Amino acid sequence: MRLEPKSTDAKSQTRSIALASLSAIAFTLLIVSLLVVWAGAPVLAAYAALFKGGFGDVFALSETLTRATPLILTGLAATVAFKAKLWNIGAEGQLYAGALAAVGVGGLHGGEGFALATPLLFVLMILAAMAAGAALLMIAAVLKTWGRVDEVVVTLLMNFIVLLLVSWMLDGPMKDPTAMGWPQSVALNSELELGKLIEQTRLHTGLLMALGASVIVWAIFRFTTFGFAARAVGANVKAARFLGLPVARTAMLTALLSGGLAGLAGAIEVAGRTSYVTLDMSPGYGYSGIVIAMLAALNPLAVVPATIFVAGMLVGADSMSRAVGVPTYIADVIVAVSLIAVLVATMLTRYRVKWR
Amino acid sequence: MTDQKPALRLSGITKRFGALVANDNISLHLNHGEVLALLGENGAGKSTLVSILFGHYAADAGSITAFGKPLPAADPKAALAAGIGMVHQHFALADNLSVLDNVLIGLEPLWRFRSRAAPVRKQLADAASRFGLAVNPDARVGTLSVGEKQRVEILKALVRGAKILILDEPTAVLTPPESAALFVTLKQMVAQGLSIIFISHKLDEVLQVSDRIAVLRAGKLVAECAAAEATKPQLAQWMMGRTLTPAVYPPRQRGAPLLALKTVSTAGQPALKNVSLTVHAGEIVAIAGVAGNGQAALADLLCGVLPLGSGEVRLGGDALEGSPANCVQVGIGRIPEDRSHIGVVGDMTLWENAIIEDLHDARFASAGAVRREPARQHTRALVQQFDVRTQGVDVPIRSLSGGNIQKLILGRVLSRKPRLIVANQPTWGLDVGAVAAIHAHLVAACTQATESAGVLLISEDLEEIMALADRIAVMSRGQLSEARPKSDWTLASLGLAMTGTTSEKAPLHAA
Repeated sequence: MRLEPKSTDAKSQTRSIALASLSAIAFTLLIVSLLVVWAGAPVLAAYAALFKGGFGDVFALSETLTRATPLILTGLAATVAFKAKLWNIGAEGQLYAGALAAVGVGGLHGGEGFALATPLLFVLMILAAMAAGAALLMIAAVLKTWGRVDEVVVTLLMNFIVLLLVSWMLDGPMKDPTAMGWPQSVALNSELELGKLIEQTRLHTGLLMALGASVIVWAIFRFTTFGFAARAVGANVKAARFLGLPVARTAMLTALLSGGLAGLAGAIEVAGRTSYVTLDMSPGYGYSGIVIAMLAALNPLAVVPATIFVAGMLVGADSMSRAVGVPTYIADVIVAVSLIAVLVATMLTRYRVKWR
Repeated sequence: MTDQKPALRLSGITKRFGALVANDNISLHLNHGEVLALLGENGAGKSTLVSILFGHYAADAGSITAFGKPLPAADPKAALAAGIGMVHQHFALADNLSVLDNVLIGLEPLWRFRSRAAPVRKQLADAASRFGLAVNPDARVGTLSVGEKQRVEILKALVRGAKILILDEPTAVLTPPESAALFVTLKQMVAQGLSIIFISHKLDEVLQVSDRIAVLRAGKLVAECAAAEATKPQLAQWMMGRTLTPAVYPPRQRGAPLLALKTVSTAGQPALKNVSLTVHAGEIVAIAGVAGNGQAALADLLCGVLPLGSGEVRLGGDALEGSPANCVQVGIGRIPEDRSHIGVVGDMTLWENAIIEDLHDARFASAGAVRREPARQHTRALVQQFDVRTQGVDVPIRSLSGGNIQKLILGRVLSRKPRLIVANQPTWGLDVGAVAAIHAHLVAACTQATESAGVLLISEDLEEIMALADRIAVMSRGQLSEARPKSDWTLASLGLAMTGTTSEKAPLHAA
C-alpha cells in the first residue's frame, strides 16, 4: 500500500472535505452499532435514545450546551497552541489553576472575595483565572524555548502536580469549613455567579463568553500580526526564523493565550455551575479539548460545532444507558472513533491510496 | 554492440500526477553493454521515469521488460531481483556504520542467525577490484568524501547483483576530477557487460560518457540518437525546445566596498575558517565550490542565522549584527538555497509570503493588525512585475512551481531595494526560462544608474558563475580562496581549486 499526493484544486477540495466528514460520521455510526449489537441492545432504539438524550428537547439541549461551555474553551486552548505547534497537553491542569484562582479572588477573604464593587471583582476574578492558566503554560513554553525541554512531557506531568495542589488547597487554605469534611473549597461570592440563560436549567451565560472567545480567537489568527506569526511558526518554524519573525515572542504569546483560555474555562465552571472547586469538577475537559481541536481541524470557529457534537454524545449516552442498558462508555468510543475516522478521511482528501 | 535482446525495454510508459503528465507514452530501450544518457531539464520527467523503472511509482500505462521478462509494476524488490540497481543523487547511506555494514543492510535475512559479513566482504572486494573502485570496507561512511560515498553506493548495487545500473545526476555532487574518474569507471563497467542509464542535464558530460542519448522534454521523449552523431547545439535545442542564445549583459560600474569579511570563523558543519572577502556595490562576486564545503555557513552568517565566531563582518562600514530581522533591516536581500522550505512558508498564501519579512512595516501592519488589502495589492504588483505564474495571490504558495516560488522570493527581496543580495544557488533545479529571468533580475539590481546593489552569488554551477560573475572565489573545506577577476580563472583552474589544491601544485590524482 502506498500514498500518492492528489492534485490540489480548491473547488474539488471543498467538496471532498465535506464528503470526508459525512463518510467519517457514517463509518463511526457503523462501528459503534456493532458494539451496541454486541452489548445485546437494539441498534436503532439505542441511537434514538442517544440523540434524544443529547439534542431531543430543550432540557437535553441545555444540558449539552452546559457541558459544551468549558469544552469550547479548552478546545480553543488546544487549537491556539497546536496551530503554533506548541503541544499543550496541560489544559486540564490550567483549568484547575484557573478555578483555584477564581475562588482565591472571589471566594476567600471572608467568603466575599476582595472588598470591591461586584463588576470590578468579577473582571478581576476572570483575569486572575486566565493569568493562572497562562502562567502554568508559560513554564512549559519557557523551558521549551530556552531549554529545549519537551513541552508535551512538562504540560502533561504538570496536570498531576496541579491536581495534588488542588487536593492540598481543598484540605488546607481553601477548605470549606461548612462542608463537614467534604473536600471542597470555599464557595464563590454568590454575587459573582453567572446568570442563567434559560430558567429551570443549568445553562448559564458562560456559553456566550465561550462563543465570544471562539470568534475572538478566529479574528486574532486571521487579522493580527501575532496570528500571522503564530501560523507561520506553526507551519514551518525554520522558515519563520529565517524570515525574521519573532519566534520566541510568538511562542510566549501563544502560551499566554492558550493557557489563559484554559484558565478561563475553570473560572467559568466555578462561576456558572459548581460555585466551588472540587477535585472532580472536570471529567477530563482539558483532554477532551485536544480531541475537539483535532475534530475541528484547528479551526477556531469549527471548535463550536465539534464541541456540541462531543458534548451531545456524552450527555446523550447517559439517556441511552438508562433506556437500553448500554454502558455510558459508548460515548467515549463514539468520540474516539469519530476522531480517528475524521483524521483518516482528511488524509484521504489529500492522498490517494494505491494498492499494488 | 550486439543485436541480442535489449537489457531493458520500456513500452508506452505514462504517468500522471493530477493534471501534470510527468511521462507521456515513453518507449525506450537499453542495450547490453551500453551507456544510455537520459538528458533533460529539471522537471522534464527523468526522475519520474527511473522511479517507475525502479518500482517507486506505478505507471498509469505501459510496461517494462528486463532481459526479456516482464517486470511487475511498483515493486522495488522485483526490480532488484531483475538486476536493476539504482544510485540516487542523495545517498541512502548510514553515516555511523562502516562501508561493509552499509552494503550488508538489506542483504541480511531477518531470521538467519549467522551474519553474512564474511562472504559479502569477499564480494565487495571482488567488485571493487574488478571495476577499480577502491574502498576500505571497515571505514566509517561518515568519514568518507562525497566521491567515496558514491563509490560505496555503486558497490552496494553491484554486490546486490545489478546488471543494469541507473545513476541519477551522479556528477552533481562531484568535483571535475572526481567526475572524470567516475566516467572511467563507467566505461570499465560497460566493457565488462553491464548496462548503464546515466541521467543528467549537462551536455558536455553526456557527450563524453554515453553511447546513446535519449532526450526528454516536458514528459515526452523528443529525440534519440547515437552520441557519436550528436552535437551540443542540437541537443540543447531538443532539450529546451528552442535554440540557446547566451544573454549579453551591459557593463557594470563597480562602486565603493560594501561587504567586508575579515578573518571570519564560525561554528557549523563544515565551519568557516579564516574567511576574508570584500564585495563592492555594483559587482557580482561568485563563490564556487562543491556542495558542503562551507557555503551554507557563509550564507547563514550573512542571513543572520549563524552567529559569528571570530573575526568581523561589516556592511557599509558598520558591524553587521546577526539576526535575521536585523539583516533584512540593514538591507541584505536574502535568497536561501532551500527556496520552498526556508524561503517561504508553504502553507501560507502568496501575499502572506510576500510581506512576511515586512510584517512590522507600517505599509502592511498597523496597531498589531495586518493590512490585508495593501499587502494583496503589493503582491499583485510583484506577481505582475516578476512574471510569477499563479492562480492568484490567495492560494498557498506550495501550489506554485519552484521557479515561480523563486521569482516571488526575488520580487520580495528586490522590492526592498537591498544594498547587498546574498543569493545561494538561486537557479538550482529551475527550467531555462526561470533561470534567464532570475539572472536578468540579479544583474539588473547591480547595474543601476545609482545605488547599485552588490551581489554575493553562491553557486555550484560553473556555467552560471562564468556567465554572471565579475570576481570569483572558491570555497573548499571551509576556507575561501582570494576573489580574483573572472578572466584569471579557467574552468580547469576552478575545478582544481574546488578540490582544495592551489593551481601551483601538481594536479591531484583524483580517486
